[in-house]
Amino acid sequence: MTNTPAGFNLVDHSDQQAVLQLSGDWVQGCAAADMGKLAAALEGRSSGELVVDGTALGRWDSTLMAFLLQCHAYCRQEQLAFSARALPEGATKLLALATAVDTHQPPRETPAPLTTHLNPLRWLALARDRVGESLAFIGELSLALARLVTGRSNTRFVDFRHFCYQAGPDAFAIISLTSVLVGMILAYLGAVQLQQFGAGLFVANLVTIGMLREMGVLMTAVVMAGRTGAAYAAQLGTMQTNEEIDAITTMGISPMEFLVLPRILALIVTMPLLTLYADLLGIIGGGLVAGGMGITPLQYISQSELSIKISHLSVGLIKSVVFAILIAVAGCRAGINSGRSSAAVGQAATEAVVTAIVYLIIADAAINIIFQQIKF
Amino acid sequence: MTEREDSAHISVRGLTMAYGARVIQHDLSFDVRRGDIFVIMGGSGCGKSTLLKHMLGLIPPAAGDILYNGESFVRAQPSEQEAMRRCWGITYQSGGLFSAMTLGENVALPLQLYTSYREEEIDDIVAYKLALVGLGGFQAYYPSEISGGMRKRAALARAIALEPEILFFDEPSAGLDPISSRLLDDLIVQLQESTGATVVMVTHELPSIFAIATNSVFLDAETHTMIDYGDPRQLREHSTHTVVRQFLTRSASGDAVATEDRQ
Repeated sequence: MTNTPAGFNLVDHSDQQAVLQLSGDWVQGCAAADMGKLAAALEGRSSGELVVDGTALGRWDSTLMAFLLQCHAYCRQEQLAFSARALPEGATKLLALATAVDTHQPPRETPAPLTTHLNPLRWLALARDRVGESLAFIGELSLALARLVTGRSNTRFVDFRHFCYQAGPDAFAIISLTSVLVGMILAYLGAVQLQQFGAGLFVANLVTIGMLREMGVLMTAVVMAGRTGAAYAAQLGTMQTNEEIDAITTMGISPMEFLVLPRILALIVTMPLLTLYADLLGIIGGGLVAGGMGITPLQYISQSELSIKISHLSVGLIKSVVFAILIAVAGCRAGINSGRSSAAVGQAATEAVVTAIVYLIIADAAINIIFQQIKF
Repeated sequence: MTEREDSAHISVRGLTMAYGARVIQHDLSFDVRRGDIFVIMGGSGCGKSTLLKHMLGLIPPAAGDILYNGESFVRAQPSEQEAMRRCWGITYQSGGLFSAMTLGENVALPLQLYTSYREEEIDDIVAYKLALVGLGGFQAYYPSEISGGMRKRAALARAIALEPEILFFDEPSAGLDPISSRLLDDLIVQLQESTGATVVMVTHELPSIFAIATNSVFLDAETHTMIDYGDPRQLREHSTHTVVRQFLTRSASGDAVATEDRQ
């Protein structure tokens, strides 16, 4: 079916009345719906009537309706009376429906000028708010912990056990893979340097101490931040969206005790265990590389054994507990403060991982410096 | 359109719906005439929404066929199914609006994807579609910033963006107050009258059913099949099945269906 070109024609009947004659097929793709042209033609009329005449109108769809709605809005704004005649029945009904409710005028928000965005004082205020929020979160958490210790908390053991399972055994596969590889990387890295001095055997010391003090716990923490921290943020964010957190609060249960505490405790329990496991697998991974370099397993094991000291082990374990708290707090805080849309949940998960990793690295550096100073 | 006024727009033939071995409903056969406001009703858990999902092609049927304009949807090629879907507008139980997009963007999306309108024209049409549902001027709002009733209407605006021949509603008035629910019913009727679209809706809101339905099917949860078909006002008085009359007159007889309805 070919379209008759659509168009309109403005005819003045008298000072008070102008007739807008529509013709042709007003369908998708027609170029007639140009409100600017009509507005220009109508310019200067401050009173009177605009009559839309559909006698010569062919086929029509939303294109026509959108145009008529704009005409109606224009007439309203310029205080012209608007009427229509000989429009198809459907179009008349649709127009009546579309104009039944006045257009909503959204409240005007004046955008803040650029200077406010660039004002360093404003940044400071924002930073202070964020730090304040974090402190408030940690404060509430401590209160919840105190209630748990005194046995007055609503934390459910079932939840705790569930999260332990999620954060522990479920993470074995990925932790195994990363730690073996990290052990091998450490061994390669050390081997290249140490062999220059004919001290290839000390690869064992390097891998063992490196894994125990640093890499084992750091890699575990990074994996857990991506795996468990993000999951916490997404879970709590979705609960926020579903109004579950509102429901918990109105039942008189503190979300901190009911939702956050079991998650944090679960991570505090599982992280040191996972770290030990990662340390062990990392040393084995290093051993594989050492074996390739002609060091016998027996040599590697005895050399490793010599370098294991309680202090190395405890540095790793202390770090693992600190990291566990940081990851869980970053995840839960992002989730609890999440917005109520699906996009906000995604943002919360991203924020959880990013803040957790930044926290981890800062904390790791700080702990290393402290232990260096006290020669631990 | 007038020459096919009374022909069946949608025909369901011998449809059996099952999740694995669990049969939800079997041997459903009914027609939806062009221009009908057709209601799928029945007690909670009888498979109303499942039937709608079958009609939308979201779940393949265990047996039977669904025909649109006499053409099988079930046996159609994916590309043909896609073309058929293009003629449908659907609103989901909780709206199904994209929460990361404003109302304007939500309504504009199908227009951008499936029409050749220019950007400015799309803006005009979005303004018109939103005005149709009484939400003119709300283009820049996010779904989370408006009320539940407004969300339902915004979802309707998105559903009618492509001027569909068939409109599907899953519990349109669930969770709305009586006035909003009534206004939504009126809106559906007015849109139906002015566009001539066929409307298929799942609902168990009796006032809605009596106010707007022109035809209906009743699914029974006990016998797992449809037990009545026709104008609900007629069924209320003349149905031969007690459960249908009870459902439509909201009378309790202490049986499971009635108890569940009161929730």
